Amino acid sequence: MSESLDYFRQNRLPHIWCPGCGHGTVTGALTRTLAKLGIDKNNVVVVSGIGCSSRASGYLDFDTIHTAHGRAIAFATGIKLSRPDMKVIVMTGDGDCTAIGGNHFIHAARRNIDITTIVMNNSNYGMTSGQYSPMTPTGMLGTTAPYGNVERPFDLGKLAIACGATYVGRSTSYHVQLLGELLEKALLNKGFSVVEAVVGCPTYFGRKNKLGGAVDMFTWQKDHAVNVKAAAVMAPEKLEGKFLIGELYNQAAPEFTAQYDALIESVRRKFDNFQGGVRGCAQNSD
Amino acid sequence: MSEQKRSFSHVIRERYCKGCSVCVAFCPKQVLVLKNGKVFAERPEQCIGCRLCEMRCPDYAIEIVETGLDKPVEKDAACVDYSVPPEANHA
Repeated sequence: MSESLDYFRQNRLPHIWCPGCGHGTVTGALTRTLAKLGIDKNNVVVVSGIGCSSRASGYLDFDTIHTAHGRAIAFATGIKLSRPDMKVIVMTGDGDCTAIGGNHFIHAARRNIDITTIVMNNSNYGMTSGQYSPMTPTGMLGTTAPYGNVERPFDLGKLAIACGATYVGRSTSYHVQLLGELLEKALLNKGFSVVEAVVGCPTYFGRKNKLGGAVDMFTWQKDHAVNVKAAAVMAPEKLEGKFLIGELYNQAAPEFTAQYDALIESVRRKFDNFQGGVRGCAQNSD
Repeated sequence: MSEQKRSFSHVIRERYCKGCSVCVAFCPKQVLVLKNGKVFAERPEQCIGCRLCEMRCPDYAIEIVETGLDKPVEKDAACVDYSVPPEANHA
């Protein structure tokens, strides 16, 4: 921990998150993974949007920006394109990523740009007192759903896979060792990586739905998460009401910044040859 | 596995601890308790060094150090000079 604590702005700690909020656990898992991989903090950029989860960038001692609501991935795309050598990490929440920033998310996944996106899913908008989000499960209560949410939630893993992300994983704040393993693979993956971390919000989601305190929310995650490897041999009726954790998808595909650099190189070569008077080259390549 | 029992000590940053008791509830050996709203290692000799409390703690308030090995003194949050901004150490 002490090595990973060096990745924090320690004069900003203790953080503002509520007692038992899983966001701290996820941020700790990220710094521990970065310490394990031995990544220099000058080569990391952390981008976040707005929300409880997005406060993480303020506590991390990297080059960080706290951007407009939902636009974290848009800013991160610009940073990655201008500095492809930097490791760009987006820390975002379920509402920030899938509601306000939904389009940025699907298009970054489609481009397969080398950004690691950590989505902390606490099933509501915790910062503004627990309104329901696109990832609130059906029937659960929220400030804006006092009689239960009638909408169906996103399955972020399936959404990311369908949009073209090359690494997709899901874990919880209870399964913190698995979360560390997934983050390590996501950081090393060349392409758009999504790690969804299911966390509890004891202050709003937990209290509104009578799920108990922080410990009860961690226990809920333990009881309702099933590893994909275990789920493969389980009967479908036993998976009712559960969610899958583990590595959901991992397949290589051409990465956007590498493709873009290759395009610039090929156009420059064509132009140089043309200016040099070698007309044949320019004509042949048409 | 060696027969010799490994011993661990618990570095607790009370300034960071918010008393959510996640570490207390999920300690496999019931080493930790809450005392005056802060975590306290009541039975440190029972600790097996799994570090689950350290990893799950949302507030970075607890750390396990293996004693008996030659290790540098851990940097506690209380010893950090807060007058120097962390950006000053950047290259």
